[in-house]
Amino acid sequence: MPHEGDKDAAQACLRLPGLEPCVRGTLGRGRRAARAPLGAGPSRGNARSRRKWGSCPAARPRRGWGPGAASAVVRSSRPDAVPDPMPTPPPESAAPGNSRVPGMVLKAFFPTCCASADSGLLVGRWVPEQTSAVVLAVVHFPFIPIQVKELLARVQQASQVGVAVLGTWCHRRQDAEESLGHFLEGLGAIFSHEPWLQLCRERGSKFWSCKATRRQAPTCPGAPGEDQVMLVFYDQRKVLLSQLHPPVALPDHQAGDAVAGAGGLAAVFDTVARSEELFRSDRFDEGPVRLSHWQSEGVEASILAELAKRASGPICLLLGGLLSLVSAASACRVFQLWPLSFIWSKLSTCEQLRHRLEQLTFVFSTQKAENPTQLMRKANVLVSVFLDVALGLALLSWLHGKDRIGHLAEALVPVADHVAEELQHLLQWLMGAPAGLKMNRALDQVLGRFFLYHLHLWINIIALLTFHIYCFYVYGARLYCLKICGLSSLWRLFRGKKWNVLRQRVDSCSYDLDQLFIGTLLFTILLFLLPTTALYYLVFTLLRLLVVAVQGLIHVLVDLINSLPLYSLGLRLCRPYRLAAGVKFRVLEHEADRPLRLLMQLWLPPHPLLGLPVPQAFLWGAHLPLEAERGQAGLTDPGHRPARHRHTATVSPPPCRGR
Amino acid sequence: MEDEQSFSDICGGRLALQRRYYSPSCREFCISCPRLSLRSLTAVTCTVWLAAYGLFTLCENSIILSAAIFITLLGLLGYLHFVKIDQETLLIIDSLGIQMTSSYASGKESTTFIEMGKVKDVIINEGIYMQKVIYYLCILLKDPVEPHGISQVVPVFQSAKPRLDCLIEVYRSCQEVLAHQEATSASP
Repeated sequence: MPHEGDKDAAQACLRLPGLEPCVRGTLGRGRRAARAPLGAGPSRGNARSRRKWGSCPAARPRRGWGPGAASAVVRSSRPDAVPDPMPTPPPESAAPGNSRVPGMVLKAFFPTCCASADSGLLVGRWVPEQTSAVVLAVVHFPFIPIQVKELLARVQQASQVGVAVLGTWCHRRQDAEESLGHFLEGLGAIFSHEPWLQLCRERGSKFWSCKATRRQAPTCPGAPGEDQVMLVFYDQRKVLLSQLHPPVALPDHQAGDAVAGAGGLAAVFDTVARSEELFRSDRFDEGPVRLSHWQSEGVEASILAELAKRASGPICLLLGGLLSLVSAASACRVFQLWPLSFIWSKLSTCEQLRHRLEQLTFVFSTQKAENPTQLMRKANVLVSVFLDVALGLALLSWLHGKDRIGHLAEALVPVADHVAEELQHLLQWLMGAPAGLKMNRALDQVLGRFFLYHLHLWINIIALLTFHIYCFYVYGARLYCLKICGLSSLWRLFRGKKWNVLRQRVDSCSYDLDQLFIGTLLFTILLFLLPTTALYYLVFTLLRLLVVAVQGLIHVLVDLINSLPLYSLGLRLCRPYRLAAGVKFRVLEHEADRPLRLLMQLWLPPHPLLGLPVPQAFLWGAHLPLEAERGQAGLTDPGHRPARHRHTATVSPPPCRGR
Repeated sequence: MEDEQSFSDICGGRLALQRRYYSPSCREFCISCPRLSLRSLTAVTCTVWLAAYGLFTLCENSIILSAAIFITLLGLLGYLHFVKIDQETLLIIDSLGIQMTSSYASGKESTTFIEMGKVKDVIINEGIYMQKVIYYLCILLKDPVEPHGISQVVPVFQSAKPRLDCLIEVYRSCQEVLAHQEATSASP
């Protein structure tokens, strides 16, 4: 009979050595509780607890398990008999001898939101590979074991996470509540789990007492039936929202713990993330089982977010259709003909438009983002498009206000005149004795007059401000180039050599005397005219460089607007946990003989713009390991992120602009 | 259980090693570097200001002096926030992992956590640093592809740079924890 067996097990529990300290002196609710009617819950006269079990037990037609009915219930035959304590045994507890070495430390991941919850049962998942118990929620009294098991089975089916009752949680609010301790002991007989966790906290004390007991007979002689427990507190909400868990498992994975193979802490995050079903009920629900978790004060949701989710489907379809129409139109044959395509590749506006079209197609594609990186990218693109449009509109409105465009146009004319005047002065200066150089007078005059005439032509045609600079640069460059060619050829003649076109090299050649004579003459002339031409060339090249630099600056600005990850920067300011890339631990106050308590916090990677761990990397950059055996081990920079990490704010670089 | 000892770093400066034994499976080592010395701070400030004053007498522009003050202040703040490390901590938790924290003089903390599944071993290695050959403690990480290979070497206590005697203390404790972890995780 299962009942007798359970009773014996319970008795056996009590007799195991070293079991007393946790249970002894646990919060007893006083003698009053023992007289409380079945299913009434603690009737201490404490207003707070009455409010907690708001809908008064009398209103509830069914019977629940209250601590007042402690030992009596366990030992007597139960009215609602439990057919089998383990309807769906999780695979872990059935495996005997799994990590049974003595002195093993058991890690219990406990959510910070449950640290102040009332006593109850611990519900979560046991990960045998890490010997860790991930506590997801606390089930409060009163409850009916069958309903708890039903809930767990439902959650297990929906989320494929092996959720089970892991142990008991005891929160002492008053001293000497003995009966509760015994009651909690008895629960171990109903929900058997291997190992059975018992966490106990005293009111006003920071230190907890934890115990993990194993009921199965120890394989090695002399091994104690209990393990050491290490508590790791974690913030459920942040862990869920930071999305540190691996992406959703593919549908072809088997049901069960598909990602159990994922090492270490990833299993913990995965467990928390996939147990959404468990977190759906809050304390305002009239469900049969009362849970305590991060959403028990009210499920978090935002109307805007929900509306956006509903609306995003049709909007994406519509915009995607429009964009595909536009790109189809632009890809038609007419626009591929040579003059148009050449113009389009040169104009930066067209480049920018094409780039934006690509980005928008990516954003409004109906495919869901597969992983957080893609989501970040989409969000960044969207935000940058909005910013672009907003800046453009702001600029336009600023220009139109107070007729600034008119003023700007009016200001352009004198500016063009001013530029032309400056050029004129420059040419006058070149025609004189620039920088003290003595130039060839005649050539100087010719070149100067040539450029001046050109300038005079342009002053009246205000087409583009700097087009004449470009022209001058071209002429100067051509002239210079011709000159250099002539010079080099005549220099070769001077030395008695010739350029062999067939062989593409310089060969010796014997020239006639008159060829040599004329060649040398021309060479001398060109050589002494070189400084003049070179100076013109230099000046106009520098001017052109200035113009190109200004254009480059504008392009850099445009690229910056295109590729700055504003969404990620904004997240960093407002919701830094979304960008978390790992975890870090902090040891909380510790007392000897008490279990070790750690706090697990999310870790953000250093700020991309400001956080520079550079000095350290430089200091150790000159390192060489001398050990021959480890010769292969290269030294990399110490800023290593070993925990699961993902690249945030990676935006695809803008397409290369052909220049 | 806490324990404090003083050692010296490779340049001869004084270091303080604080050991905390929370439990047989959790230990923390904290090395405090020597503080920013008043002497060097005064020397740098005086140099900068003298140079600025020299420039000022040449140029007769008082902006140079304000700029020098500004630069000194910003430089000091930047140094304290980005360069000067006050304390380096190594926390080793059996079955969870190893965590290294550096706290800067301005209070900023930068942390790195390595899961125990990735740690192969903790060793003391020799390396060439400028003109010296020094010892440093480092963590070897497992290669996921090759079972006996090493994928990365992560040096520890880079700013403090303690000498061999300090490193040996830390090394022994780490090896005890790792051995304990190996023993308890060995499957039957």
